[in-house]
Amino acid sequence: MAKVHVTTTVNGQPVEYLCAPEQSLLDVLRETLKLTGTKEGCATGDCGACSVTVDGTLVCACLVLGVEANGRSIGTIEGVADGENLHPIQQKFLEHAALQCGICTPGLIVATKSLLESNPSPSEEEIRYYLAGNLCRCTGYDKIVRAVQDAAATMRGEAA
Amino acid sequence: MSEVRNFRAIGQRVIRPDGVDKVTGRANFGADFSLPGMLYGRVLRSPHAHARIVSIDTKRAAKMPGVHAIVTGADFPGVQSEEITGGEGAGNYKDLAVNVMARDKALYHGHAVAAVAAASIAEAEAALAAIKVKYEKLPAVMDVDTAMADDAALIEEDLYTAGLPEKPTKPSNIAMVMELKRGDVEVGFRDADVVVEETYRTPTVHQGYIEPHACLATINQGGQATVWCCTQGHFDVRSSTSKVLAMNVADIRVIPSEIGGGFGGKTTVYIEPVAVLLSKKSGRPVKMTMTREEVFRASGPASATKCVIKIGAKKDGTLTAMTAWLAYEAGAFRGSSLAPGAMCIFAPYKVDHFLIRGFDVLVNKPKVAAYRAPGAPQSMYACESLLDELARKLDLDPIDLRLKNAVEEGSQAAYGPKFNAIGFRECLEAAKRHPNYALPLGPNEGRGVAAGFWFNAGMQSSAEIHINENGTVTVIEGNPDIGGSRASMALMAAEELGVPYDRVRVQIADTESAGYTNVTGGSRVTFATGMAVIHAARDIVGQCKQRAAATWGIDADMVDWQDGHAVPKPGVNADVKPLSLADIAGNAARTGGPLLGRASLNARGAGPGFAVNFADVRVDPDTGKLDVLRYTAIQDVGKAIHPSYVEGQLQGGAAQGIGWALNEEYVYDANGVMENAGFLDYRVPVASDLPMIDTQLVEVPNPSHPYGVRGVGETPIVAPLAVIANAAHSATGVRIRELPLSPPRVLAALEG
Ligand code: FES
Ligand code: FES
Repeated sequence: MAKVHVTTTVNGQPVEYLCAPEQSLLDVLRETLKLTGTKEGCATGDCGACSVTVDGTLVCACLVLGVEANGRSIGTIEGVADGENLHPIQQKFLEHAALQCGICTPGLIVATKSLLESNPSPSEEEIRYYLAGNLCRCTGYDKIVRAVQDAAATMRGEAA
Repeated sequence: MSEVRNFRAIGQRVIRPDGVDKVTGRANFGADFSLPGMLYGRVLRSPHAHARIVSIDTKRAAKMPGVHAIVTGADFPGVQSEEITGGEGAGNYKDLAVNVMARDKALYHGHAVAAVAAASIAEAEAALAAIKVKYEKLPAVMDVDTAMADDAALIEEDLYTAGLPEKPTKPSNIAMVMELKRGDVEVGFRDADVVVEETYRTPTVHQGYIEPHACLATINQGGQATVWCCTQGHFDVRSSTSKVLAMNVADIRVIPSEIGGGFGGKTTVYIEPVAVLLSKKSGRPVKMTMTREEVFRASGPASATKCVIKIGAKKDGTLTAMTAWLAYEAGAFRGSSLAPGAMCIFAPYKVDHFLIRGFDVLVNKPKVAAYRAPGAPQSMYACESLLDELARKLDLDPIDLRLKNAVEEGSQAAYGPKFNAIGFRECLEAAKRHPNYALPLGPNEGRGVAAGFWFNAGMQSSAEIHINENGTVTVIEGNPDIGGSRASMALMAAEELGVPYDRVRVQIADTESAGYTNVTGGSRVTFATGMAVIHAARDIVGQCKQRAAATWGIDADMVDWQDGHAVPKPGVNADVKPLSLADIAGNAARTGGPLLGRASLNARGAGPGFAVNFADVRVDPDTGKLDVLRYTAIQDVGKAIHPSYVEGQLQGGAAQGIGWALNEEYVYDANGVMENAGFLDYRVPVASDLPMIDTQLVEVPNPSHPYGVRGVGETPIVAPLAVIANAAHSATGVRIRELPLSPPRVLAALEG
């Protein structure tokens, strides 16, 4: 089938691409746009490694079609830092050693950002349920939850 | 020998050198590479668990759009039988070659049968669908009971059991029998006041690393190949690829990517030789990634097991005799993790009489691979469960029972050697004193305790240290960083050289840029490669003393190294200013050239790791669901170089063990077809399944390491299986001797 022309915005930049109608947004990001920060762990919506935002809503890029990005605004891990400065979530993941291998980290950071934008003071339980779609096989989640709590405090302007 | 010293860098919770790349998405993992002209490779896999391959017709597929190359078993060279050494699991290169691509038989659901390289993944998949394979189905042998039966269908027609005094008269699915013994168990059981005996089973489980296997390979007309891939050991990828394709190792350069988890599962090859062969046939670079379904069906999970344990004890808890009968599934090729499982099972205890008999058994499942302390979680789940049952019978606290029999420095380990300094007793005592151990339990709640053990490995490592012209330090080594090891290497180099941590950079170099180094596995990296880094740094210090001595016109043995500076020894009659690493490096051209330190070694004396874990669970009597309320992991880590990453190992191992205990298992239908090859149905723990995991690091220094380091990565997964099983017994009042303790199984047990 003929490829479809898509006009979209990725991390604030206008982007155009051609994609097959059945191609996933994850595939487009990684293979066409070479934005490989978004990871593939399953391609079936079960691991969260591909977490991105579409018009501010957290989604699994593997479950969204490339054509669905048309006219929308996509946010990926590559757009989380503010220029030269890490986002507080990124900084806290580093300080808390909340990553071991790091393959789940981009997805977790994107998901955490989405959580803290809608709920600046989540309880431990809220954090655990919000991030339940993001698998991490290395850390046992303990240090991730602590990093999220600390990032939330920092973003609320509280001293750690 | 380990020195008593005040550390400056060691023990600091610094930010890892590769951290920024990993939180910004810049770090390149296995699937993140591409090359101009690159094709995509996909694999056709057997839909049957056991079948003869009668014919493969690729004619139609070869003519399809975008298809550049197709390979089948016929395209691969024959490979001689040869044991694989240096990796983390047992195996044979001939079997490895047939596992990479089936020849005359498909031996499990998912076994590779053919592969295609095409311009796009969609075109490659369309071509796979056009390949016609004629199979003749054979009976699937799916568990050790069936496989060991006299009339079992044979997976390998000419497999004669090894390890027996005489070659058996007929072939079987039992690849190997082993025995370990001490004393006379008959005598030991006669001396016992109580004897308990039970059978325990564990299912096939997967390491569950989030990053699927991925590689990019290119080979030129001169036969020189370059492979980028995610692996725990690029030197092993090189040797395996060279064996499978009959190539010279010097013609294969393997560049390791960042690695998205492995846990032992990325210590062998599946797609790398296929990608090289497809590249050879197509003349183009070929990228291959496994889907999650392929990872489950066709990479190496951990052995399912059946373990029969018998223990005799005196009324006071003193163990008098122990026996173990262990059957480990190897998958479709010999080489399970039986041997380490057998060697670990009784390692924590002093007992005069024991007998361990083990069987390495072929079944029609993927060939198992190493999984974190390979073999130990299964056998020790059985033993630590039965010890708990014994403690109940004797009305003893489970920690006291273990304290009564715990090995200590000088004890003869069940697997042979005498223990050097170890921290098992310290861990048991720490558990007893831990405030969590005294917390009250509510209704339907129970507490479980168990011990864990793993030998830890040493093996071969190399390291180089370059001092840059401004005195900054570059460490070059060959172990893919799977959980923060660059930080540990940098801390050790900083410690030894007396420079701040932030002046050190660490590079993981490829097979042509780093000295030979064994896998990131066996909990060996911080111990063995760390030792190489320390030795390389000492090489630098020695050179710096000489350069300073030459500058000052005194003897090198009159120079000391203090706080990153060369200083004259007290009493030396020279009016000189201390020289910093930067001073010496800046002046290197005049004192003999660049500063380059190096070390290579085969590390001995990896200190064994002991752990004691305990947890509280609550059962929902209506559904049978078990919730983990609290988890406490205590482990002797020797010396924690970066405590956060050490704690992380304890926490991650606990989480994996909890998953093994509660949810995870391969589900097969009657024909041996795996029914749950995805993260939806093979359920690993998610954040909302777990509590915070409390850790306590016990530090009994390993005398064989300059800082006292002992491996920490694998021991953490050993105890949790029995911890959860024992807690479940406390909570429910019934003992279930098969994992996982999934809600239906628990509910059935509750309903009796
Ligand atoms: S790759 Fe999208 S959820 Fe796993
Ligand atoms: S850090 Fe490895 S999967 Fe999360």
